[in-house]
Amino acid sequence: MTAGLQIVLRGLCFRPNGRTVLAGLDATITSPGITAIIGPNGAGKSVTLRMIDGLLQPDSGTVRFGPRPPESIRRSFVFQRPGLIRASVARNIALALLPLRLPRAEAERRVATALARVGLADRADDSAQKLSGGEQQRLALARVWVTDPELLLLDEPTASLDPGATEAIECLVHSMAKAGTKIVLVSHNIGQVARLARDVLVLCQGRVVEHGATGQILTMPRTPEARAFLKAEMPWQCFAAAS
Amino acid sequence: MQSLGDAFSMLGALDHDVMAIAWLSLRVSLSAVLLGSLVAIPLGALLAIVTFPGRPLVVAVVNAFMGLPPVLVGLIVYLLLSRSGPLGALGLLFSPGAMIVAQTVLAIPLLAALTRQIVEDAHRELDEQLRSLRLDVWQRIRVLVFHLRFSLVVAVLAAFGRAISEVGAVLVVGGNIDGYTRTMTTAISLETQKGDLPLAIALGILLIAIVLVVNGTASAMRAYTMRLYP
Amino acid sequence: MAVLRRSLLAIGVALLGMAPTLTPAASSITVASTTSTEQSGLFGHLLPRFTGRTGIEVRVVALGTGQALDVGRRGDADVVFVHDRAAEEKFVAEGHGVNRVEVMYNDFVIAGPKSDPAKAAGSDILQALQRIAATEQPFISRGDRSGTHAAELRYWQAAGIDIADAGGDWYREIGQGMGPALNMASASNAYVLSDRGTWLSFKNRGELAILVEGDRRLFNQYGVMLVNPEKHPDVQATEGQAFIDWLVSDEGQQAIGDYRIDGQQLFFPNAGATQISQ
Repeated sequence: MTAGLQIVLRGLCFRPNGRTVLAGLDATITSPGITAIIGPNGAGKSVTLRMIDGLLQPDSGTVRFGPRPPESIRRSFVFQRPGLIRASVARNIALALLPLRLPRAEAERRVATALARVGLADRADDSAQKLSGGEQQRLALARVWVTDPELLLLDEPTASLDPGATEAIECLVHSMAKAGTKIVLVSHNIGQVARLARDVLVLCQGRVVEHGATGQILTMPRTPEARAFLKAEMPWQCFAAAS
Repeated sequence: MQSLGDAFSMLGALDHDVMAIAWLSLRVSLSAVLLGSLVAIPLGALLAIVTFPGRPLVVAVVNAFMGLPPVLVGLIVYLLLSRSGPLGALGLLFSPGAMIVAQTVLAIPLLAALTRQIVEDAHRELDEQLRSLRLDVWQRIRVLVFHLRFSLVVAVLAAFGRAISEVGAVLVVGGNIDGYTRTMTTAISLETQKGDLPLAIALGILLIAIVLVVNGTASAMRAYTMRLYP
Repeated sequence: MAVLRRSLLAIGVALLGMAPTLTPAASSITVASTTSTEQSGLFGHLLPRFTGRTGIEVRVVALGTGQALDVGRRGDADVVFVHDRAAEEKFVAEGHGVNRVEVMYNDFVIAGPKSDPAKAAGSDILQALQRIAATEQPFISRGDRSGTHAAELRYWQAAGIDIADAGGDWYREIGQGMGPALNMASASNAYVLSDRGTWLSFKNRGELAILVEGDRRLFNQYGVMLVNPEKHPDVQATEGQAFIDWLVSDEGQQAIGDYRIDGQQLFFPNAGATQISQ
């Protein structure tokens, strides 16, 4: 059902307080599955992700989804740190259902299903604050899952997690993508990008410097900016300069 | 010092009238804080999460109104509720209802200002998350107030303390009518005027005890539920 | 969480349930009166008898005479029961009140330090004030437009002393009720004009004692009147008139005369002596 979802970014500019964050960013994402956005700190990755979600508005430029109006796209966002309220696990998940104004029984059913999918069914009534970091991030995934999003935006979802917890999250993200959700992932973890992403955008100084299939980008980046970034991330790797 | 000794011996023999006065004080101030909370907590939260031109001015005014003199509030409410005033038809003046109105007016700026501060701090952390969940303004307010309920209890207790301890407003709008609108504070004021200082001090000690019990109960409830949701 | 929510809900419901009645009961009247009648305990003595007989509840708001008349002017009371004849007659003449009747009198006294540094003691009020002024001994004035304050100003005038011009810091206007005035006089060993009723029920006398009493000019007449129902349609005219009628009835007059503190009679019923109708 999401095969046709296109994300078209045209000329995105963003200059809060005179500091240039995005400088005319163009990108067209049409592939299904997981698209990763990588690049050095300050390249504008998180800001781009927020603009796709609608959390931020560009100073100029447009975010379009093919012919479909943006408000018709069910978008969800998972942050590096899950914003949890002081309440039970189930209640934190139910937050996402507030805008839908579902009957109580239907909401409870959806919450239970989502909890089961992320393996937290037996923690439903525990305080969300008592969960470990990895469990909290699984809760965040369950929270977006209940609304059955077409497009899921992940901003470094595993940056503060240990390897075991990271693997659990990657599994869940992978299965969501397989179930048909389009996912855009910002990550600093090149290994994670290699494991999950089908295609990769490399951002540098507020522009897309390269966009291609994951394997090509990670082994044969075409642009000097992408090469410099990947060299810094993977000093052991030798990159053949592509013509 | 002798007054103080007499005061304690009087506490042992609290009569029916004194208990009725204490009960009225409690009812009036709790009702005022309840009504005030229903208005001021959503408003304070709204002020914390929306931006509009002139917002700093509104915040400054609300903060300043925390210090509204009770006797001035009493006078304004008196003029509003007087039979010759715009709300005279309600026939509320010199009744417990009028005292609830006056104390509600006193409690609202305090509750709104404290709520704004408490919500604003948490809002910085949770704003993006809540907006990404596509919650509208009132849903965000509901969620934030729920999230911050333990901190807001303290604001509500502060408002209760201000309401039950003020004398200026209830005296003017209630009239200190024996057996009808006489509260702890107006009774203390009256006994002081009559020169019965031991009785005034005894009533004062009882007032402090009531405030302690209310605060203690609220703190115990807060501690119990906080253990569940640390 | 449900625990907290349910208990908050329960508290809310309980509060609303016990919320005091927002409007006064049907058969109740509001009487604007003076601190002297309220604080002396006279109303505590009279009202249960009246309510027992008629079933009408009386709510007394005790203020200075001037404020009590203002409350009547605004229509916020049904009956005004005060003690400043000139102001009362003006109130009736302006159409705010109807049918002023005289109910009782008590008397004023001058209280002051037992040592009496001004040598004011005696039974001549004017001479006492002249001596206080001459020696510039501290004097506490109510300064609150009450009946007692109005009487005090009349005595100064009669004594030939222009108090506005007196200057000095011995004459202190405090703008408060009788009780605070007595408290201040007690704390600063000052002279003060008080009604006898408040004096008798006042407990914090310290070094104060009655120095001047018994002068006929110190008699203090109380009058009662109904707030004009034509001006203020909300006035409970029938019930208010019933209260006035009872005060001047044999039963009411008897009850006033019966009231005593430490064996001393405070108020002397004299209804029917004079009556000024609108």
